[in-house]
Amino acid sequence: MTTKLSALRRDPQARLGLVFAGSVLAMALLGPAIAPQSPLALVGPTYGLPGDPGALLGYDYLGRDVLSRLLAGGRSVLWMSFAASAIALALGAVIGIAAGLSKRWIDHAVVWGTDVLLAFPDLILVLLVVSMLGREPWLIVLTVAVSFVPGVIRLARGVTLGVVSQEYVEAARLMGYPWWRVVLLEILPNIATPLLVHLGIMLTWAVGVLSGLSFLGYGVAPPAADWGLMINENRAGLMIQPWAVLAPVAMIGLFALGTNLLAESISRAGSRIGVRRGVKSRARTQMRGKKRRQRENQA
Amino acid sequence: MSVVPFVNALLQVRDLSVAIEDGPEIVGEVSFSVLPGEIVGVVGESGCGKTSIATALLGDSRAGAVISGGSVFLDGRDILALTEAERQKVRGAVISHVAQDPALALNPMRRIGSLLAEVLRVHLPDLGKPAREARIAEAAADVGLPATREFLRRFPHQLSGGQQQRVLLALAVLLRPRLIVLDEPTTALDVTTQARVLATLRDLCRTRGIGAVYVSHDLAVVRELVDRVVVLYAGHIVESGGRDQIFESPAHPYTRGLLDAVPDIAGRHAVRPIRGHAPALQDRPDGCRFAPRCALASASCAQRPGLRETGRDFGDRRLVACHHPIRDRRDDTPIASRLISAAAVQPLAVLEGVSASYGDSQVLFDVGLELPKGYCTALVGESGSGKTTFSRALVGAVEDVEGTFDYDGRRVRLSGERDIDLRRRIQYIFQNPFRALNPRQTVGQILRTAALHFFPIRSADADREVAEVLERVALAPELARRYPRDLSGGERQRVAIARALICKPELLICDEITSALDVSVQAAIIDLLRQLQRESGLTILFVTHDLGVVRAVADFVAVLQHGRIVEHGPADRLLDRPEHPYTRAPIADSPRLRATAG
Repeated sequence: MTTKLSALRRDPQARLGLVFAGSVLAMALLGPAIAPQSPLALVGPTYGLPGDPGALLGYDYLGRDVLSRLLAGGRSVLWMSFAASAIALALGAVIGIAAGLSKRWIDHAVVWGTDVLLAFPDLILVLLVVSMLGREPWLIVLTVAVSFVPGVIRLARGVTLGVVSQEYVEAARLMGYPWWRVVLLEILPNIATPLLVHLGIMLTWAVGVLSGLSFLGYGVAPPAADWGLMINENRAGLMIQPWAVLAPVAMIGLFALGTNLLAESISRAGSRIGVRRGVKSRARTQMRGKKRRQRENQA
Repeated sequence: MSVVPFVNALLQVRDLSVAIEDGPEIVGEVSFSVLPGEIVGVVGESGCGKTSIATALLGDSRAGAVISGGSVFLDGRDILALTEAERQKVRGAVISHVAQDPALALNPMRRIGSLLAEVLRVHLPDLGKPAREARIAEAAADVGLPATREFLRRFPHQLSGGQQQRVLLALAVLLRPRLIVLDEPTTALDVTTQARVLATLRDLCRTRGIGAVYVSHDLAVVRELVDRVVVLYAGHIVESGGRDQIFESPAHPYTRGLLDAVPDIAGRHAVRPIRGHAPALQDRPDGCRFAPRCALASASCAQRPGLRETGRDFGDRRLVACHHPIRDRRDDTPIASRLISAAAVQPLAVLEGVSASYGDSQVLFDVGLELPKGYCTALVGESGSGKTTFSRALVGAVEDVEGTFDYDGRRVRLSGERDIDLRRRIQYIFQNPFRALNPRQTVGQILRTAALHFFPIRSADADREVAEVLERVALAPELARRYPRDLSGGERQRVAIARALICKPELLICDEITSALDVSVQAAIIDLLRQLQRESGLTILFVTHDLGVVRAVADFVAVLQHGRIVEHGPADRLLDRPEHPYTRAPIADSPRLRATAG
């Protein structure tokens, strides 16, 4: 584990991802405390341009301070996306591992079920549930999580099948170790990396889905501050006061990029584990170096 | 080190070196030559640079590697100095290559006939269709394939492994090249098919005067086939000379060690491992590369020994790179097999009427076998004969199985749940050491878990048990803190054996446990098993397809064919005087390391 963490720390891409995602996260968490104005107070002209010393990003369609709304509007989307991804990961991993370990027909049934669910578009499902049952945050979180679960199941099942066929799992079974021990000690540590990577990707998706919901008017109810909602509210004045739209877009984009970069570098650090740094991988690295030099020379 | 060229040599390799781009050398200062009609064996363990040399002879190198120096003269032309276009003309026409795994080397979507015709169409575009067909028929006849229209319309997957390898050979001889480079062409074949392919190859070289470079790790095959041998270790030639000289009185300690390490079907000899393992590419020592593993190493070995001539008989040059070449003949006295007295043989496990199937296909048919207490029984058979299924049935890992199993006087069910005591007493060791250990647990954790599972002991006692068992399998106690990825293949297999031993088993089932390892490491594992058997009277069921290993470890042998036991008896009797025709063929076809011992 330590070698992996240190490899991750040395990876410039992981650092960049951490900085991006971390700064957005920090802003969303600390933002409400340092916001210069109340996010709901009408303090300036409608679509007022930045220029006032008090309003770095100008004012929105009702004359509220965009910076303050931006600082206050991240919490909901971030906690909801984290919660949704974590629930989906836990639920999907349990079902997926169980499917990978169980008899053939149960496994097939689970796979068919996930296929049916995957065929149904995420956003439509969430919209359907929200418009039927209401827009409570916990309900939205749960619905988003449910829409993500099939993907996690498929992934967890696939990697579990790969690990179960390994002889160390069979050795543990032949020894007569209890099943929970086989799952916790032999299987889970060996499928953790792809699942972690998937968590990062799901975070990105969740931020997208949740912002999309707010934009469509099914997420956080106005007048509360929320990045997706801010985009929707202010899009009519995009030509007059672009900052009111661009600022929340930038935050969502930055967070998505950060988590994505992190997920990718985790997967790369993970795949390096178990590979001996021998002739082949070194040769490959050097090949890459050579190709890069060639490209640079051509450029 | 320059080599006086043979005037009439077909291939002359001079100071060839292949390196990782801006990195360490893979092979260096390789010089040898091949005469027309001669087969030269290039021998070495995995990672010594055999394949790099084989591809360099055709002027090619693997991705990331470059040919960094030297010359390859073929018929007086330096292949390495040619342009890529010229080289492509030479390949196939003058020098050709036969790859290791025929299943991977043939395009699965092309018919055999079109594969063969393509070579002719590219190299000899002027040839008309009838002439092409005549050439294909000729090449097919050369390698013993039917050239019927029906056969040429087949796809590679419709052929057997031996036929696929013959197709590769036919592709190689189609343009009547002067030299063929063969890179372990028979590793994927069973012994009988291997013997036929080798005989074909030998005839081709003799009758057509084709030279061949045969790259292999299998010393027995090399002895049967080649005229001269080049022995590689860690990228350098350590010894070269005529076949008989090398096999009878090897001068380099490594060659000698390698020969001592190979178990031989021809007779039971002490199998002596070489200590340590071959250095990784970046850790190769500056001086003599074998010095860290050599029993004769002295201060002078810090200096790299050059390849020197040590003697010449019958015109064969004999070169050795060693400061302390050994001059006497190889000590090769067979050791006596263990005497088996009928009174002492008591069965630990008796199986009767074992039938097993996977789904609709039945794998085992009414198999009966006794495992005598304290002896090693080898279960032999080709792939698909059901030997792994049988051994897995013993540990209760096969679901669909019938039959009776009496273990140490009590009746045990073959399928279904087993009590913890029985699970402890019968231990199973897997074939592939790279997959048998959890990569996320340290060696210590793996062993402790097993000890704590079977015995009501405290954690501190478990640690002591771990240290003890590591000592028994000759591993350093520090290894307990390492992860499996830090260990070599041989070390991992020792850990797997240690995991079985820490349970204090009575019956050890070893499923091809040496087949993934190099010869010198295999010898160490065989040595360890024998020693364990002597010390603690373990009963062992050793599953293998390698008859040489059988000779080295087994007291009894059972031969399995298509799920039925066709012959069973003491190892020496069965290997020297096999009765069943199915047993006789592979025993006769197995390449031998020594002139047959009766």
